[in-house]
Amino acid sequence: VQKGEKLAHLESQHLGCFVFKPNSKKRRISSTAEGDYFSEGKNDSEDSGLRFATCQLLWKQINSEMEKIQDELNKQLFDNLINFLRQSHSEFQTESTEWMCRMKSSEIPTAALVLGVNVTDHDLTFKSLSEVLQDSITPYVVSLQAKECPGIKHLLQKLMGQLMNCYVDVDDSEEEECVNISQKKMRCSMASLSQWYKDVTKKSGFETSSKKRTSSSRHWQSPPIVVIFKDMESFTTKVLQDFIVISSQHIHEIPLVLIFGIATSPMIIHRLLPHSVSSLLCIELFQSLSCKEHMATVIDKLLLTTQFPFKLSEKVLQVLINIFLYHDFSVQNFIKGFQLSVVEHFYSQPLSVLCCQLQEAKKRINSLSHNQCENIRSLPSFRRYVESQVSEKQIALLTEDNFLKEVTQTLLEDLNSYHENYFPVLRCLHVFTSSLPKYPLGKQIRELHCACLGKRVWETEEYGSAVQLMRMLAKAELVAILQKCVEIFTSSSGKQFSNTIEKMEEFLTRFQNLEVAETNDIQDVSVSSQNELQKKTDLYHLQKTLLELKESKRSKKLTKFEMLRFEVVDFIESLVRSYLTPAEMQTLNEVVYFNTANTLREHLNAAPRIALHTALNNPYCYLKNQTLKSDVGCISNTAPDICIAYKLHLECGRLINLVDWLEAFSTVVTAVEGKDLDSTATDQMDEIIHARFIRAVSELELLGFIKPSKQKTDHVARLTWGGC
Amino acid sequence: MPNFEHPEYPEATLLHLESMVPCRESQVSSLLSVFGKRQHFSFPSIFIYGHTSSGKTYVIQTVLETLELPHLFVNCIECFTSRLLLEEILTQLQNLSSEKKHGSRVPCDTFNDFVRLFKQETITQDLQNQTVYIVLDKAEQLREMEANVLPGFLRLQEFTDRNVTVIFLSEIVWELFRPNTGCLEPFTLYFPDYSIGHLQKILSHYHPPEYSADFYAAYINILLGVFYTVCRDLKELRHLAALNFTKYCEPVVRGEASERDTRRLWKNIESHLKKAMQTVYLREISSSQWEKIQQDDGEPGHLKGLSAHAHVELPYYSKFLLIAAYLASYNPARTDKRFFLKHHGKIKKTNFLKKHEKTSNHLLGPKPFPLDRLLAILYSIVDNKVAPTANIFSQITSLVTLQLLTLVGHDDQLDGPKYKCTVSLDFIRAIARTVNFDIIKYLYDFL
Repeated sequence: VQKGEKLAHLESQHLGCFVFKPNSKKRRISSTAEGDYFSEGKNDSEDSGLRFATCQLLWKQINSEMEKIQDELNKQLFDNLINFLRQSHSEFQTESTEWMCRMKSSEIPTAALVLGVNVTDHDLTFKSLSEVLQDSITPYVVSLQAKECPGIKHLLQKLMGQLMNCYVDVDDSEEEECVNISQKKMRCSMASLSQWYKDVTKKSGFETSSKKRTSSSRHWQSPPIVVIFKDMESFTTKVLQDFIVISSQHIHEIPLVLIFGIATSPMIIHRLLPHSVSSLLCIELFQSLSCKEHMATVIDKLLLTTQFPFKLSEKVLQVLINIFLYHDFSVQNFIKGFQLSVVEHFYSQPLSVLCCQLQEAKKRINSLSHNQCENIRSLPSFRRYVESQVSEKQIALLTEDNFLKEVTQTLLEDLNSYHENYFPVLRCLHVFTSSLPKYPLGKQIRELHCACLGKRVWETEEYGSAVQLMRMLAKAELVAILQKCVEIFTSSSGKQFSNTIEKMEEFLTRFQNLEVAETNDIQDVSVSSQNELQKKTDLYHLQKTLLELKESKRSKKLTKFEMLRFEVVDFIESLVRSYLTPAEMQTLNEVVYFNTANTLREHLNAAPRIALHTALNNPYCYLKNQTLKSDVGCISNTAPDICIAYKLHLECGRLINLVDWLEAFSTVVTAVEGKDLDSTATDQMDEIIHARFIRAVSELELLGFIKPSKQKTDHVARLTWGGC
Repeated sequence: MPNFEHPEYPEATLLHLESMVPCRESQVSSLLSVFGKRQHFSFPSIFIYGHTSSGKTYVIQTVLETLELPHLFVNCIECFTSRLLLEEILTQLQNLSSEKKHGSRVPCDTFNDFVRLFKQETITQDLQNQTVYIVLDKAEQLREMEANVLPGFLRLQEFTDRNVTVIFLSEIVWELFRPNTGCLEPFTLYFPDYSIGHLQKILSHYHPPEYSADFYAAYINILLGVFYTVCRDLKELRHLAALNFTKYCEPVVRGEASERDTRRLWKNIESHLKKAMQTVYLREISSSQWEKIQQDDGEPGHLKGLSAHAHVELPYYSKFLLIAAYLASYNPARTDKRFFLKHHGKIKKTNFLKKHEKTSNHLLGPKPFPLDRLLAILYSIVDNKVAPTANIFSQITSLVTLQLLTLVGHDDQLDGPKYKCTVSLDFIRAIARTVNFDIIKYLYDFL
């Protein structure tokens, strides 16, 4: 009955959780169904199967690239950590009897790992960290989460559980033995842990001497036990303190190393641990790359490259970046959003079948169906292109499929070369703008990229002021920038830049020549003017020459350097105008650009409150029932009961009188139908209306709009204000 | 002539014991008299208390070991449940009584079982003839176990009918232990804090073999001069002494000063020790890092301590959420109108000051506020329009997990949750500065 409410529920759920494709492995099981995901009611002329395969392949490439980037970014941090771990217990074996060692209290080596507030990314970091540690340092890596360890008992249980399991991983032959151990109910105490450790190291020591050199040569005789506290902030003080105190008693028996995963700042250690406990630790700080830098690298490697045919339009990119900057700082979420746009693009755009490497795309063009040709013809960018052609060609393009295919091939080539030119020039412009004061075009290259993608950048105000500032750059800066630009162009693959490089190198040599010439010039001028001054001795003439000198200074002729600077800036401007045209202007850009930002926003930045409000306030929006169409502000009696009740409650204050509410409700409901009913039926009607009202109210309570109040009898309290 | 006199033990042992426990002679001698002869029944329970590192554990351990009395040591923090504690005692007892090692663990759930098993274990003649000492270190943990554990241990002698004495070691006084149902009072013994003289004596006692005792004593003197005001913890002082000793020796090693040139050595070390007090003592930088700095002879300035990394980078809206939460926590709700309504009129602070509000809200600490108020303030302090998306709500939750906000009341309260903002004024000012928001203008206390 209450479809509105249900739909609102559905809608909010739909908006609230993002469904991504399941693993490709599972997909393989039903090979016949492959590609069905994209066809859904449409006929196969739109290459849904091929699109799906392309999408899969593309994402696989992107994903592997992403993993590579991640590994590179984490490498520095992990290397530092590994060094720390290596050193931390180096003296554990060599029982030194030195005075120094006896006197020093033995602290537990601890790494405070500051990872930043993007908690969603930490899991991945910790996962790869423990993999790296297991590969290079020790098989005994335990990661603990605060929610698993409400007490010290649970913590030790988890710790030992994970340790026993990781022992199995090291050596398969001993699996049975380990199972036995874990089946016997282990006493969860540090003492039994140290006993276990002694047994294990003794055993592996035997093996190294006999046969298993390879397996344990990676780790040393007594590998440390690494305990990772994933979310330090959420652990209770008591658990942490107890654990540290206990393990410090056993530090001579077990080489324990702690890693604190910290999201905020290392100050939290002092907040959680009193001095008596923190003095048991030997804390060293490690800081991961900031998520903003991480993001910049990801964008640089993923979006500002011709490696992948798929591109994001300005608006979509803006949505993703805004979510990142405004909401979560999570690079993982950004990548998920990117994945969603890939899937969405291949799903919704039939022509995305051409979104692949150029050679392959050319092949695919030839096998396009008639329907697909029609699709091409209906692309706005293609229509623009047709209109700009002569009339015979227009007719040919619109009627002959084969001709269309030929043209499409060349158009795709154009698009490809557009991208090849776009990125180097963009980088080059960024080198210029990022050295300007106040960054009129943004500090990050992504801001510049968005500006260039969306509109003609040279028409914007910011660009104008940037060029103004560029004309005032000092020589040393300018030379450095030019050198960088030359590097960018030489490293880019395009051959068409050979002229540009030549030109820039010419500028550079001219700057060098300038240096010599300039010094001579200045000397000449000053000498001559002074000579003149000395010549004319009378007052009148002196005044005149001084005035002249002043004039000449004001409208000073441009020096050679300034001329050259103008030339350079003009040259850059010409590059920008010819290469940094907005993507939307390109013919066939719809094939590779994903531009439905709205869908993405709806999915990634869900607004459950707004969805619920819309559903209840304007049920037509979801139910699509003509009778529900109503003017804003008036309450129609055809709407579902809950909608009527909701609308009425919006007009109330914080406390709602139930009787008044019921009366208003019954007035609305009986507004039309009540007129021709005789009085005997009204009593019965009232009861039904009463029941309907109670149901509507309890549904509103379920949705969290109202709650029963004890302040006044027969009143309920509103939990929302202003109705969003 | 030894300080301790006891007919039971040979003089050599007592002399040796005396050298092992400097500055604790009176406590040890009273312990010895309480213990009596080996076969004598002693007090059923002895309660020893004193401040951190006043030598409680060390002295007891040394006495029991030097005199070779049968004893077992249990740390109550480590055995965090009564079951673990009882079983640990029984296992250690097994090792005591018999030569066969690694007796299997005996399951022992209740104190009743414990008494029964204890009797079984101590049946051997060896243990019958002399007092068995059970030492419970960090005994304050016992108060958190079942109610019968502490009273049970207090009269273990009576229950088991064996020659056993339980020694409790604790940092707090007996009055805080006494259960309200009453119990057998133990013999209490107080270990007073070491005086500066004691510390000097004990620390110089363990001088490094390469240097003379006098040289090291002079060093300890300087060390205590710097650290005594902040730290009297013997362990910590010993650690610090070991850490900085190489630096002290440097002039001697280089031949610039003789061992007797105290003034010169003092000049060399004093500033270094002061720096140590600000960094390594507070665990701002770790001991190993400190040693590395010493070796490289570099300045510790370039190595920032933990507190130097106080800056937290937050997403844009999280910053505003935190600012809004701070405002909601420290401003009275009535004043919201004054700060966030455009035409609030001229309301002076004095006009709506109530008597109790004259004290600074910052002195009183953060007050809880409902979610709605937080959002209302958020919407009015952010320049552009903020949609109430799921992301905003999840950001509030993330701020709670980051401990920047705390949830007041239960986690499962879904309707009208209340929060408190836990960040400091300095922190929020730093955050507000990054978004160009003048938070002082919006705080009632600074009006």
